[in-house]
Order: sequence, then structure tokens, then C-alpha cells
Amino acid sequence: MLYREAGQFKTTYIRDQELFPVKQDRWGIFVIIGFSFIIVPLIANDYWLQAILIPFLIYSLSALGLNLLTGYAGQLSLGTGGFMAVGAYACYKLVTVFPETNVIILILISGLFSAGIGLIFGIPSLRIKGFYLAVATLAAQFFFEWLFGRVQWFYNYNNSGAIEVPVRNFFDIAVTGPTATTQARYMVVLCIVTVLALVAVNLVRGRIGRAWMAIRDMDIAAELIGIRPFPTKLIAFAISSYYAGVAGALFVFTYLGSAEVEVFDINMSFEILFMVIIGGLGSISGAFLGAAFIVLIPILITNLPLILGIPINSATVEHFNFMILGALIVLFLIFEPHGLAKIWSIVREKLRAWPFPY
Amino acid sequence: MESKFGDYLLSVDHISLSFGGVKALKDISFGIREKEVFAIIGPNGAGKTSMLNVINGFYHPQEGEITYKGVHRKQMKSHDAAVHGIARTFQNVALFKGMSTLDNIMTGRIIHMKRNLFWQAIYLGPARKEEMANREYVEDIIDFLEIQAIRRTPVGRLPYGLQKRVELGRALAMEPDLLLLDEPMAGMNIEEKQDMCRFVLDVNDQYGTTIALIEHDMSVVMDISDKVVVLDYGEKLAEGTPDEIRGNQTVIDAYLGVTTAN
Repeated sequence: MLYREAGQFKTTYIRDQELFPVKQDRWGIFVIIGFSFIIVPLIANDYWLQAILIPFLIYSLSALGLNLLTGYAGQLSLGTGGFMAVGAYACYKLVTVFPETNVIILILISGLFSAGIGLIFGIPSLRIKGFYLAVATLAAQFFFEWLFGRVQWFYNYNNSGAIEVPVRNFFDIAVTGPTATTQARYMVVLCIVTVLALVAVNLVRGRIGRAWMAIRDMDIAAELIGIRPFPTKLIAFAISSYYAGVAGALFVFTYLGSAEVEVFDINMSFEILFMVIIGGLGSISGAFLGAAFIVLIPILITNLPLILGIPINSATVEHFNFMILGALIVLFLIFEPHGLAKIWSIVREKLRAWPFPY
Repeated sequence: MESKFGDYLLSVDHISLSFGGVKALKDISFGIREKEVFAIIGPNGAGKTSMLNVINGFYHPQEGEITYKGVHRKQMKSHDAAVHGIARTFQNVALFKGMSTLDNIMTGRIIHMKRNLFWQAIYLGPARKEEMANREYVEDIIDFLEIQAIRRTPVGRLPYGLQKRVELGRALAMEPDLLLLDEPMAGMNIEEKQDMCRFVLDVNDQYGTTIALIEHDMSVVMDISDKVVVLDYGEKLAEGTPDEIRGNQTVIDAYLGVTTAN
């Protein structure tokens, strides 16, 4: 009843093509953004920020990037972990080489390195499609794991072989490194994710997004209406890798604090791909929903016995964790192959027509 | 009658196309004049679709020359063809299934949209202005094709006849000079066919677009086209006005059959 768009007339195309043409959606998104910017830093404790919200946002960013490539442009990639590693290591090198430069700018620049790398690994997409392309992008995954593990220059010849994040300030507030507060790190992640999500939304609703979807849905027809497949796919690879790179940099700089290349292994690539599939291919909100699902469900399963007071040892819970998550993924794919975003859109349709069936 | 048409917009000379040992087109020549409705007919496997594919650069012929807008080329390139005003619909509807009607037709405007990545990312300002200008153009097409009600519907959900109409809209959005229609009326009922005929003639009339179409419904072909070329087994059997074709003995033997009753 509250969700009703009757009476909301659009008199210009500008109003009609707004991001959230329905007033309730618009308010909803303002509330969510306002809540996460103002209320969350005030009320959330360190555990919530560090263990749940920061990883959730970073995974969302990476899933968003992969969704642009796989969901919108239709190019399957298993190299996300590799591209994230490029971003993380590029950021580490930049921060140590230019200690004076603002770390947030460096994080954003480090994405450009992985965008460049993404471009190179996108070249095979001209010739190969689908699973074969996925295998080709695996090369990126394995190559960068090897490179960052073996070439000591990348981790500044550290004895531990890990990259350790130095303390860096943003206007006198430490935002990275051991002394940075969780609140500060959360705000950095939140700002970057919000801006990049907005950029993604803008890209997919304009010319470039349509070109991507055209290539995805019917590449021959797309070519014959004047879309050049190769540059279009390469742009998708570059932008997707940019998102992955920034996510990788944030992952080390604001979440882990120090990391070895193993955190960006093939499991990371798969995890991000699962988020995209469960959230919904070709949907921006799907990336967030999918990330929330994969990040939150394990935490929920781990904590549920504690909350309910069921005596069960933690190793068993770990096993249950895998089993339940696996079962949920399978069930989801059976009942709603188009993901959580599709479920939300169905709910929305129902709400619009409520109390009538259609 | 002849005065309605201008110079040759496109002519193909001695085009031969083969795939391995299969000769799809053998030494085909014909010309399409400006503002003409030009029909290519012939039995299945005659090479009609191959001919369209050659014209818009999807296939590259081994021999022959294509002259389009006075420029001679060995072959068209598909992107060039699109930019220089050759648009196309497909025999099996080739819409972008995941997108709405509006987005499908907007995609046809891509060659007219120039804003770069930076403005696209910001959206406000020049990119939005460009988007709105193109939206207006697309809305004219939507009005023209009478598909206002399905603007926001994903095309995958539309019935076949409407999908064909949306596909025509997408081609029109390119502002083509030459519109290639591959069996625009296939699988339609009589009403849908009449609608489609009306649209084809109106496009020809209002936008001044030259049209080359492939069609199996002879009554349609004979009614709406100004010129007909007949292909069979990759060879050209005849070329002429509908009346000439109807009376041509070779064409009757190969394709039309004894009675052309309707």
C-alpha cells in the first residue's frame, strides 16, 4: 500500500530516466545511504565494522566490477583474484614510493594499474567466448599469484614475504595502518564504494552499458548496428579490472592490514563469481545482495548456536557452515537462477499491484 | 514513375561468394536506386540472405565490387556499413533479449552518440543532454510504429509480431539510408502483415529510406516493391518490375509455379 506509484507522473524525459523513478525507491535509497554514513559509524561497534561491514563493502565493490564484465558485457572471467592482487600490490608500491601523497588518491590510482592489466587479459575475448574465455582469464589468476609471490621487489624485499600497510593520514586522521580506527577505515571504504557504485550505475544506463548488453545478448546484431565488439569488450575488461583493483587495494589497506598474495588465490575469484551469480547477473544491486549473502550467512551460521545457547563445538559449526552455504547456493540456483536481485524485483512487482494479484 | 527514384544508391557488380566448395553467390550484379523498394526473392537456399550479408559487410565476397554512395569497394566492413547508413533486420529476430523495447531502440542510436567515458560516468551534463536528444528521436519512432504501450517491456516477453516491429524500430533508429529487411513478414498473420507493409511503405515515404527486402509472400512482394530480383542456386534469374517478373517464364518455372493466382 505504501509502495504505490500511482499519481507520480513524468512530464520530461529527464524525470523519466532518473535513477529511481519511483518516489519510494528514491527515499529508500536516501535512507540507506544516510544511515550508513551517519548512524552506522555512531552506533556500530568494532566487531560489526571490522568483521562484517568493511569486508561486505569491499566484496561488493569487487562483485560490482565483475558484474559489469560478466553480467552486463557477458564475458566470463575467473581472474578477479589476480586483478585484485594487482591493485593491492600496485597500491603498496605506490604508497612506499610516494609516502607524501594522499593514500586515498593512491588507492584510486592503483586501480588504473589493474585496469591496464585487465585490458591485456581481455584481448583473447575477441576470439574466444564463454568457458574458454574463463579459462584464458585463469592465466591472469595464476600468473599474478606466482609473480607477487616470487618477485621480491613487489613486497619491498620483506623477510615475511607479506605487504604491511604503513600508517597514512587523510587530513590528520589515520586511515590506514595499525593506528587507524575502524570508523575511519569504514568511512574510507564507504565513500569509495558509494562513488564507484554511482559511476557503475551511470555507465550501465548510458551508451556504454547498452553497447555491453548488446554484445552480451546478440553480438552479430550488435556489430551490424555499428558497435565495435573489440573495443567494447576491452572497455568492459578495463573498467571491471579497475573495480577489482580498487577493491584489492582496499582489502589489504583497510581490512587486512597486512597480506600475502595467497589471500588473492583462485578461491577469491570463485567467491566473487558466486556473489555475482547469486546476487543476479546484470544488476548493480545484485552485486551488493550477493556480497551480503556470501559474507553474512557464514557469520550468521557461526553465531546462531551461541545466540540460541545450543552447546556445539566450533569445529562442527565450521563444517555446518560449508554444508548449509553450499545447500543454499544450490537451492537458490534451482529456484531463482536470476539471483537475489530478481527476487527483489518480483517482490516489487507484487507490492506495486497489492492488494490485487496483477 | 521512374522520376520517383534517384541515382543508384548501391550497386553490386559480379559478386561471387563461396564457403569452401559451396558457391553461395555466382556472379551477381544489380543496382538499387534511391527511394526504391527493392525485393530479392527466390527459393530456400538461393542466396538471398547471403546477398544481404554481403551488402552490410558481414560476409566478404571473393570476387566483385560493391559501389555504395559512389564509393567503390571490394567489400563492405560491417562497422562502416552501419556508420554510412545501412541498417538491417534479421530473419530470426535478433533483438537484445535482456533489454526493454526502449533500450533496444536506443541501442540503435549508438552510432549517433559520441560522449566519452568520462561524461558517461558522471552522466549529468553533456551525456544526459545527448541521451535526452536521442530519447526524443526514439520516441518519434515508437510513436510511428505504435508501440508506446510496450516501451518498458523486456523484449523477450513480447509476441513475435511485436518483436519484429521493435527490430524494425531499432533499425530505423540508426537513421539509415538503406534499410535491409530479411523476411519482415515471416510467420505473421494477415493483419500483422498488413501492418508491417504499411510501416515499410511509410518508412519509404516519410523518411525517404531506400529499402531492400527479402520476402516469400508473393502477394506482398508484388504489391509493395518497385523492383524485384530473382535468385536461384546463387545465380540471378531475372530482374525487373513486379509485372515483368510475374510474366517471366524462367521465374515461373523455377519459383513462382504455374498459377500466381493471388
